[in-house]
Order: sequence, then C-alpha cells, then structure tokens
Amino acid sequence: MSEFIEWRALADVVVVGLIVGAGLPALFALGVRALAGPGSRTEVEGRRPSRIAGAVACFTIVGSAVISAIVAIGNGGH
Amino acid sequence: MGMGHNGPVTEPVLLVIVVATALGFDFTNGFHDTGNAMATSIATHALKPKQAVLLSASLNMVGAFLSLAVAATIAKGIVDSGIVTLDVVLGGLAGAIVWNLLTWVLGLPSSSSHALVGGVVGAVLAASGTKGVLWEGLIAKVLIPALLAPLIAILVASVATWLVVHLTRDVPEKTNDRMFRWGQIGSASLVSLAHGTNDAQKSMGIILLALIAGGAVPQDSTVPLWVIFSCALAMGLGTYTGGWRVIRTLGKGLVELEPRQGMAAETSSAAVIMLSSHFGYSLSTTHVATGSILGSGVGKKGASVRWHIAGRMFLAWLITVPSAALVGAACYRLDQFAGSYVVIGFLLVIGGVIVAWSRRKPVNHKNVNDAWEAGGGAESAIAESLVDHDPSLLVVNRKRSKKEKKREKKEAKLAKKNAERQVDHVGVH
Repeated sequence: MSEFIEWRALADVVVVGLIVGAGLPALFALGVRALAGPGSRTEVEGRRPSRIAGAVACFTIVGSAVISAIVAIGNGGH
Repeated sequence: MGMGHNGPVTEPVLLVIVVATALGFDFTNGFHDTGNAMATSIATHALKPKQAVLLSASLNMVGAFLSLAVAATIAKGIVDSGIVTLDVVLGGLAGAIVWNLLTWVLGLPSSSSHALVGGVVGAVLAASGTKGVLWEGLIAKVLIPALLAPLIAILVASVATWLVVHLTRDVPEKTNDRMFRWGQIGSASLVSLAHGTNDAQKSMGIILLALIAGGAVPQDSTVPLWVIFSCALAMGLGTYTGGWRVIRTLGKGLVELEPRQGMAAETSSAAVIMLSSHFGYSLSTTHVATGSILGSGVGKKGASVRWHIAGRMFLAWLITVPSAALVGAACYRLDQFAGSYVVIGFLLVIGGVIVAWSRRKPVNHKNVNDAWEAGGGAESAIAESLVDHDPSLLVVNRKRSKKEKKREKKEAKLAKKNAERQVDHVGVH
C-alpha cells in the first residue's frame, strides 16, 4: 500500500492545510469578534479603538493571504 | 502523442471534431463545477443565484488567462503517452462528456478530470490493451487521492468551522451573517479563479496536443490565442449556465448551511486545493469542495449531515474512472468502426436525451434553494425542530409553503370575487 501513497506530500497537505485552511477562517472570526463581540463597544465612546486595531490586523492578514493566493495562481503554482 | 507532422494538416475532419469535442468537454466541466465554488454562497444567500454564477463565470474566464503554463499532456503517468492518438483523445473526451452529463442529471458532483482520465484510459485499453495503462500511476494518482481528498477536506473544514463557530458564539447573529457572507464571497471567488486556471488549461492542453498531432501547428508551438479565448469562453459559458442540479445537492442536500459554515468550508477548499497542487499531490476540486461542505456540518454542533447523500457521491467517485473508461472504449471502437462523425452524432444524441430527461424535473436559479425534503410537511418539520432544539427550523417550514400560501391567497380572492358577484346578483333581484 505504501508505494501507492505519497505520505510525505500527503502529510504536508494535511498539516499546512490545517494551518491555512482553519487558521484563516479563525483569524477572520477573531476580527469579527473584535468588532462586534461582547465588550467591543463602550456606552459613551462607541467602539473601542483597541478592538478596531485588532480587527484591522486580523483582516489585513487574511487579505494579504488572499492576495498572495492570487499571485500564486498567476504564477502557475496552483 | 509522439507523431509530429509539420507538413499539411493530415486529418482535418478528425482534428476539427476533436477540437469541438474538447470545447464541449470544457463547457460541461464549467457547468459541472460551478457548485464547487458557488453552492455555499447561493445556499446562504450571500449571493443571488444569478449573481453567483455570473461572478464565478467571470472569474473562471479571468483564471483561464491568468496563467499560461499549459501542461500539454493528457493523463501523464497514467497511460503510455506513445499511444495517445487523436482517436484516443476523441474517445476519452466522449467518455468524459457522457459521464459529466449523466452525473449532472443525477445532481451528483463528480470530478471532471477523473472523468477525462477514465475516458482516456478506456480508449487506450480499446486501442492497445492493458499494457498501455500504467496501473500503478492510475491507483496512486487517481483512485487513492479520490478517497483521501474528501477525508482531508472534512478534517480541515470541520476544524475551521468549529473554531469559527466557537470564536463568534457571542456575536449577534445578524452581524455574523453579514460579515461572513463577505468572507464567503471572497473565498468562493478564489476557488473559481483557481478552477479557471487549472481546468481551462486542461482543455487548452488537449487542443494544443491535437493541433500538434494533426500537423496544424509546429511541434514546439505555444497555445494559439484563439484556443485560449475559446477555452475561456466555453468554460465561462458552462459556468454561467450553472449546473443547478449539482449546486442544489452541494448547497442544500448535504448540510443546512449558514454563512459562518459556508465561509469556513470555502476557505478550507481553497487552501487544500491550492496547497495540494503546490505540494505535488493534486486533489480534485470537486472532492475537496464536497468534503469541505461535509466538514462544515461535522464541525458545527447540532448541524445534521445527510450522510446517505454523501455516500451516493463517494460511490459515484469510485465508479467515475471505470464508467468513463467504458464509454471511452466504446466510443473509440465506434470511431474506428464507423468514423468520428458517428461519435459526434452519438454524443449529440446522448446530450439531447439527457437534457430532455432533466426537463422532466427542472432545477434552475429559481428553485435551487428550495428546502431539500419537499414532501416533509409540517409534522416532520416540527419533529425536526424538537430533535435539534432549534425553533428556527419552523421558520424554514413556513418559507417552504410560500407557494401554497400564494395559491391559497389566489383562491381566497377568487372566492371573494364570486361572493361579491353573487351579492350583486342578489342586489339586482
């Protein structure tokens, strides 16, 4: 059986796939939570700046991952 | 293909037929695979059905132009490339098209590239027997990945969904829905783009090979511009036509999706598809996308997954290669025996029959999002909502009978009118 499965490549796909494929949605979720989760607003000032900064950071990472994915597709590295 | 004629075109008719069939395959590839990218966005109302297929079609076309690193090979490492002639390619394409149409009418997602491999394998078997097929390559590159791809995708997507649902559990549902719909559109767009690049290039590669083998272009030719255009167009048109049946199965049949799950599923699809090609262990877009949707049901507590439908799909994936091979072999024989015209005629007849069959129970952009179990009725909906502790299921049920409501309203109106008329009648007397 082992000659039929390229274990190395398979392990790479699973591990990196988990990091990227589950990490990016989690980061996005963190961003959403920072913006709209409990404690994101104070009674007087509205949204807390620290939470906004956190959300921006999360969405920036997600956005740059998307852009690098498009570049990768363009380079034929699909 | 190994037979480079640099002189005049040797078999112009066969060449034209192969190119046309390749474009036909490209078209079926487009409409069969729309759901991989867009089914979740349609199911969660992130995009209207027509918007979704338009976006996906445009991105597929852009993807086709994005990278021109066309691998001019068919089933490399799976069949002996020395015996892949134009006739074999025609048989292979025919097998793939028939399988794509058949699975489409049954609403089953199935890998277009596996269908193509199957068709070519069948044609090669018919042409030169078992020695033309590299069986180890077939098992290692096609059959085992078909089993592993959904498992990997289920794993990644269920972890993603669990994380997302956990992290946003105390965010208002409205905000979640709004934000994650955007995320979902983004990740679905990536899947469309990658699909356009990958799959349109397959057809370009086939046509290029055919042109070289037929002597229409020199051996070292790059892809002619008209080939790029027509492949992009065929795939774009196919995508826009929207394989609504497959979209419906993927979006509504497997898991009842909400935007958070859709976003998690689509992102893990995009990640696994691109990473698998990057690491040289290509997995089928269809298998990954389906696995991701299943995973998004596994990862969310209380979401039910219709495993019996998933089981039908897995079965279809296991028989994709042999079935397409059977048709491919038959078409190769038909081509040898009666000529390529007959193969084209056969394809047109099969296509017509299947389209006519699909008309009997049409699925289109209007009913693609209807509740999956139409015959369920109120009682089963109440039972379902009790079992799942989810009162919102009752709301879905109300939506389900919108049509009935309309009809009732109409009837009520009619009755009122009749009553009024009768009153008028009485008044006259």
